[in-house]
This record gives sequence, structure tokens and C-alpha cells, in this order.
Amino acid sequence: MLVPDNLFFTKDHEWAKIEGDTATIGITDFAQGSLGNITFIDLPKIGQGLKQSGLCATVESVKAASDVYSPLSGEVVKVNEELADHPELVNKSPYESGWFAVIKINNLKEKDALMDAKKYKEYAENLSK
Amino acid sequence: MKNTLLIEKHKKLGAKLAPFGGWLMPIQYSGIIEEHNWVRTNAGLFDICHMGEFEIEADLNKSNLDYLITVNLKTMLQGTCRYGFMLNESGGIIDDLVVYRINDNKWMLVVNAATTDTNEEYLRKHLNSETRLKNISGSLGKLDLQGPLSKNVINDLIGININLDYYAFGYYALFGEKIIISRTGYTGELGYELYMPNNRINDLWDKILSDKIVKPIGLGARDTLRLEMGYSLYGQDIDNTTSVLEAGLGFFIDWNKDFIGKEALLKQKECGLKRRMICFASNSRRSPRHNYRINYKGGDIGIVTSGSFSPSLGVGIGMGYITEEIAVGEEIKLIENLVTIEAKIVRMPFYKKGSVKYKEIKNACAG
Repeated sequence: MLVPDNLFFTKDHEWAKIEGDTATIGITDFAQGSLGNITFIDLPKIGQGLKQSGLCATVESVKAASDVYSPLSGEVVKVNEELADHPELVNKSPYESGWFAVIKINNLKEKDALMDAKKYKEYAENLSK
Repeated sequence: MKNTLLIEKHKKLGAKLAPFGGWLMPIQYSGIIEEHNWVRTNAGLFDICHMGEFEIEADLNKSNLDYLITVNLKTMLQGTCRYGFMLNESGGIIDDLVVYRINDNKWMLVVNAATTDTNEEYLRKHLNSETRLKNISGSLGKLDLQGPLSKNVINDLIGININLDYYAFGYYALFGEKIIISRTGYTGELGYELYMPNNRINDLWDKILSDKIVKPIGLGARDTLRLEMGYSLYGQDIDNTTSVLEAGLGFFIDWNKDFIGKEALLKQKECGLKRRMICFASNSRRSPRHNYRINYKGGDIGIVTSGSFSPSLGVGIGMGYITEEIAVGEEIKLIENLVTIEAKIVRMPFYKKGSVKYKEIKNACAG
């Protein structure tokens, strides 16, 4: 299971890469592995306001549809258009080409509610036991 | 929860396991889409040991077995099998099954895993004293080999060209055991179902998988394969509250014979159906799911029973019951909470290129 050092994570297996006042968000390797083949992603719209832990996307796998929650509050400034035709990018590369959206962060303090890589790795490994 | 005899094999292959019909079964190995596509183009092996089998001794002149099943047993030839149902008095489906005629007075019923016990109870209650029933589920393992290249694999396995017509079966020798092979399946591809005594089922699994064109396939792909053909799944699309006619399965009923539930079905025919099964495909990759509402021109008219992404077609597909008569080609919406999927009613099967109808080439001299 891949858990990059420089990211922050939620209990629901979303990640945020924080750079200045923006964050790129997506779902973790653990999440894509549990979902299996991803077939469709309903992404947020540019300009949409997201709340921390609020619904931000829906991911469909062959078997089921699952909700994705935003790791931070903010306004969507960019979405990954590639995922419309190639949702499998999330399976292949959950932290790179499989990113979901970039948001402009409202309140950087919310970061405190997220796990760092070490904590998340422990958390996810416990779940797979 | 019961374990399949092959549980250690599945774990070794890295399968994702999950409960199905009271059994811990492999849902996927490499991934549902890859496995699905492999069966459509090569050959895939399924562990189906969870399904139930009954061996029945019944002389049709004395036994009432024929009355309990919709299949016309009297017209079946030895060495053939047929798909059919056990119905309740109101025409609801107790189970869908395949009947094998082993000889004049000997039959095998193959039934769903989750319903095996209730079927046994039902059969024991209704079969007359001229019939002998044995539940052999516990001693007989079952593997399905499905895909356009499955015939080559079977021939190599048995060492002869087995030449089985669709829905025919035979006994073959393997590992010193008698094994039943039928040309049946539920994927829409040319394929076989193999029944082997428990003690050699692991050897059979290994032997078939040693062929490089065969890959193990989980129940996830089994579900997408059957759904692309518009085949119903018991417990999801059909059950004891849905009638055969509502489910669009009247084609499999032989009206020239008597069977439990016939009266109710004839009445339904006369008075009209309250609901009927339809198939639909969405206009996008977005897939309908079990229990989404089916909406037509602003009104809810039914419920999705099965829905999934179709790996072969690249769109969402599904089936469900509606209470109105609406033609193929009409546009509907599939709705749940915030999700609305645009879809169209289509004819089954969704996938039309399956190799299931493959015809054996007969020796011209055989007439």
C-alpha cells in the first residue's frame, strides 16, 4: 500500500497535498484498492464551495457507488478532466494522474484534523488486518 | 459461514473474499473488468462449489417430481439438461435450477447456494413416497469453465474431443473418478460446468488452471457477465414474490404439462401482469444500482433490481420491474437521492456477440 510522505489524510481515505493556500485532493491507494476497477467519477464543479468532511465527489466501481468527502474546506479551482474518459487513472495512479480537484483552502487550521502519512499508514494497515 | 473446498487456493491467488449465499467466496482476483474481458475472449475458471445438487430417483409413472418442476421431464432425453423453476402456488419462484436426466429414472437438480436448504425441505415435503431424494451438495464440487476457448481446454483435460451440444452432458473419466461435464453456464459464452467428487476438486482446479489460456474468475465478473446477457440472479431479480411471467421468463415454461403454480400463472396471463421486467442501458458510464427508482416522464414506475457497469459496452446497464407497459427505445431516468441517470429501454441481451450458441460440427455420416 502506497502512502506518500508529503500528504495529509482522512479516515475516509481521501488525501490532500497542501501547497501554499491551495490543496490538490484525491483518494488513497487503499481506497482505490478496496473499490476495485473504477468506472465513473462525478467530480465537483469549478467554483463550487466544499466543506471539510462534506460530500465532494462520487466514485463508481463496477460493483458500487461510494461517496468521497473533502479533506478541507475551500473553493474548487480546477478539476481533473482526464477522469471523465479515463476513471481507471485513479486505480493506476491514485496520488499523481488520478487526482480529483484543486481547491483554494479556506482555513489552513483544518489541517490539524487530518492524519500525516505515518498515522494514516498505521490506521489503514489496521483496517486491512 | 461455509468455506469452499478451494479456499486455500483462492487465498494463495490473492483473491478478495466476501460472503455470498452463506459461503465465503472469491469475488475477484486481478480485477472484475480484466476477468470479465478474459472470459469474453479466452477461458475463465469459476469456483461454484457453493451451489447445491440433489440426486433424485424417480420413475415418472409413479413419482410426482414432474409436477414440482416447470421443466417437462417426460420429454427430456437422457444426457440432456434443461433450465427451469420450482414455483409456489401463486407462481412465485422458489428457485431457478437446471435438471439433468441421468437415465430413465435418475435425475440431478442443480440449485442456488442460498436456497439449497429450503429447496430440500420443500422437495421432501412435496415429493411422494415413490421418489428418493439425496442432497449430494456436501460431496460434489462444481467448477465452471467459460469462454470461447473453453472447448480446447476441456478436450485437453479429458483427452478426447467431447462434442457436446448446448445443454447436453456426459460422464468422463478423470483422476480415476467419474466426472460430469455439461455444456451449460451463465455467462453467454461457450462453456462447461464440471461436477467432481470433493476429494479431487483441488486437483481439477490446479489441472485446469495449468493451461495458460485459463484464468481464475471471481463472482464479481460472474455477475457482470450474466447481467450483460440479461440473465436473472435469484434473490436479486427473482424470488418467491416475483412470478415467472413478470420476470419475462415465460419462455422457459412448458404449458403442455401440469405443475405447481400453473393455475396462478394462467390467471396472470388472462388478467394481465402487475409489473414486468425490463432491461435498460444508460447513456453514460454512470451505472444504475439495486433499488434505484425507474422514472418515466416524471413519474416513478418501478425499481432497479440489478445494475452495474458493463465492461463490454462501456456504459451502465441494468434490469428492473416496471408497472407500466413501455416500449423498447423509450427514455427513462434512474434515480436515487442526488443521482439521476439518463437511460433507454433496450432488448436483452445487452451483449450480442457471445459464443454461447457455438455449434458442434457433426460427422456427415452420422446423418
